[in-house]
Amino acid sequence: MSEKLINLENIHKDYGGKVVLDNINLYVRDKEFVTLLGPSGCGKTTTLRIIGGFETPSAGVVYFDGKKINDLPPHKRPVNTVFQRYALFTHMNVYDNIAFGLRIAKVSENVIKDRVTNMLKLINLPDYAKREVSSLSGGEQQRIAIARALVNHPRVLLLDEPLGALDLKLRKEMQRELKSIQQQVGITFVYVTHDQEEALTMSDTIVVMNKGKIQQIGTPVDIYNEPKNAFVADFIGESNILDGVMHKDRLVSFCGKNFDCLDSGFEKDETVDVVVRPEDFEIVPIEDAQLVGTVKSTIFMGVHNEIMVETEDFTWKVHSIYNAEVGDKIGLFLTPDDIHIMHKS
Amino acid sequence: MRNRKMAALTTVPYVIWMALFVVIPLVLIVVYAFTSKAGGFTLQNFSAMGDYAKVFARSLWLALAATVICLIIGYPVAYALSKMGPSFQRTAIMLLMLPMWINFLLRTYAWMSLLENTGLINTFFDNIGLFDLINKIALSLASDPSAYQPIDHFQMINTQGAVILGMVYNYLPFMIMPIYSVIVKIDRSMIEAAQDLGADSVTVFRKVIFPLSLPGVLSGITMVFVPSVSTFILSKLLGGGMNMLLGDLIELQFMGGAYNPYVGSAISLVMMIIVMICMTVMNRFGDGEDQAVML
Repeated sequence: MSEKLINLENIHKDYGGKVVLDNINLYVRDKEFVTLLGPSGCGKTTTLRIIGGFETPSAGVVYFDGKKINDLPPHKRPVNTVFQRYALFTHMNVYDNIAFGLRIAKVSENVIKDRVTNMLKLINLPDYAKREVSSLSGGEQQRIAIARALVNHPRVLLLDEPLGALDLKLRKEMQRELKSIQQQVGITFVYVTHDQEEALTMSDTIVVMNKGKIQQIGTPVDIYNEPKNAFVADFIGESNILDGVMHKDRLVSFCGKNFDCLDSGFEKDETVDVVVRPEDFEIVPIEDAQLVGTVKSTIFMGVHNEIMVETEDFTWKVHSIYNAEVGDKIGLFLTPDDIHIMHKS
Repeated sequence: MRNRKMAALTTVPYVIWMALFVVIPLVLIVVYAFTSKAGGFTLQNFSAMGDYAKVFARSLWLALAATVICLIIGYPVAYALSKMGPSFQRTAIMLLMLPMWINFLLRTYAWMSLLENTGLINTFFDNIGLFDLINKIALSLASDPSAYQPIDHFQMINTQGAVILGMVYNYLPFMIMPIYSVIVKIDRSMIEAAQDLGADSVTVFRKVIFPLSLPGVLSGITMVFVPSVSTFILSKLLGGGMNMLLGDLIELQFMGGAYNPYVGSAISLVMMIIVMICMTVMNRFGDGEDQAVML
């Protein structure tokens, strides 16, 4: 039981008939960094709020450390939350904001002072104790919100898109910082985001959600390399997704050609989704190519060019350092492990 | 540039209006307050006010009492209202404002006929035999039954209580509305954050909702206290003239037998200063840029 710190079993949630969560089964291990990832409206925030106690599931059981906590109100749960828009108390200064939880727990003011001071050091804002919340930038408010939650030494920290309002550079910086804070304090993080890159860089485990259902649970590497279905493939990273037919184990046909692949266990001639990552293409001389197409457009993206290649049946997105000109004929080559086959969902 | 000039031009009627009917009268009040009957400069008008110290004290006291009662009644209503569903809130606010659509004098006359010695309330008590019951009990407890004066009504009209009732009745919406509008705008996530940090509902109220609602409370206090302290017809109709207030006193100086616009102006000036001090103190308390005090 102690293996699973938080355990959600068969969670359903609907608002007046509209199903928001459909049979969610999920567990979080101690000291794990778990990310709930999905597009807006997929139910990830609702799942987090159920763990925090702000929503009650319509059906199903929430366990914390083996004990059922469905009916435990938020103020009695050993978890703390970093809210999407920080939700700092605007009528208090930074110190009082961070001290809020400790004062309610009746910790002595001396201890509070130590812990708040340490926390301000941890978030790199050591001189901010007396500042008014309204005078802080988004990034600073964000750190205060994290400090306010962490100072209570929660077993689990819940984070609801905490970096959503920050600009790209600051977001990257905070991603690294959050990860290092998590490792320093050694507690469990449950993190909600719609940003797949954020999920890939920070998490131990990613839970991909869509339309109230869990699509896949796995490590970032698993999720990226072995997406379970077309949705996950499309949502995590970029993908070319097209129809194909699985003739037999390890042989698929698409674009009118047969390709060797590594997948098996499909029915004979089953219609499947074929997924190819844009960076997996090799650009080869036309005579060696499996697919030949015309360059429709090419965009410089920094580390690579994004080349759209039109073949007879499909327009492929290809990432390559190769410099192509619009109108060029180029050849594409795929090895068997570049081709991912998925059941139609 | 041209547009800005045009925009400034559109305010001309307002500026003329304000100058004619606000600025000039204010200047006149100040001038009159320092003018003797003979026409020279004097401070006599202010020293003459000493005679009316009681009226000042009574006005401030009654206004304060009305304000406190409005706060005690109004705050819970505003808080409860903010927790209700949106359609209930709309209806409730409409009902709150409904009495405002009836003329102030009419409403006060209605209270008179309710509170009179032979009014509706006393008649009702009489009909259910309440006074007989009280007399019977009092008579049996009295040491000297022959000296006991039986009662046939409660004295409600022509008391300070009736004046306070009138103030509370008329100005309660002005307490509820600003508090409600501040509470309803408190960010829901701030309340959730407090719960998340271990606060039960009492603590959430004490540490988050109440402090954040203070601008509304201050605004409500101002909006009840200022009209209460300067009200003049209420005391005449409900207080029976025995509880003269500042407003009545000023009226008396300008329209009544005591005709003395110089003293009247001096009283008006002092009252304005009292109100300004109150507002300043209030604003100082709620030193935030999102101050809700408006009047």
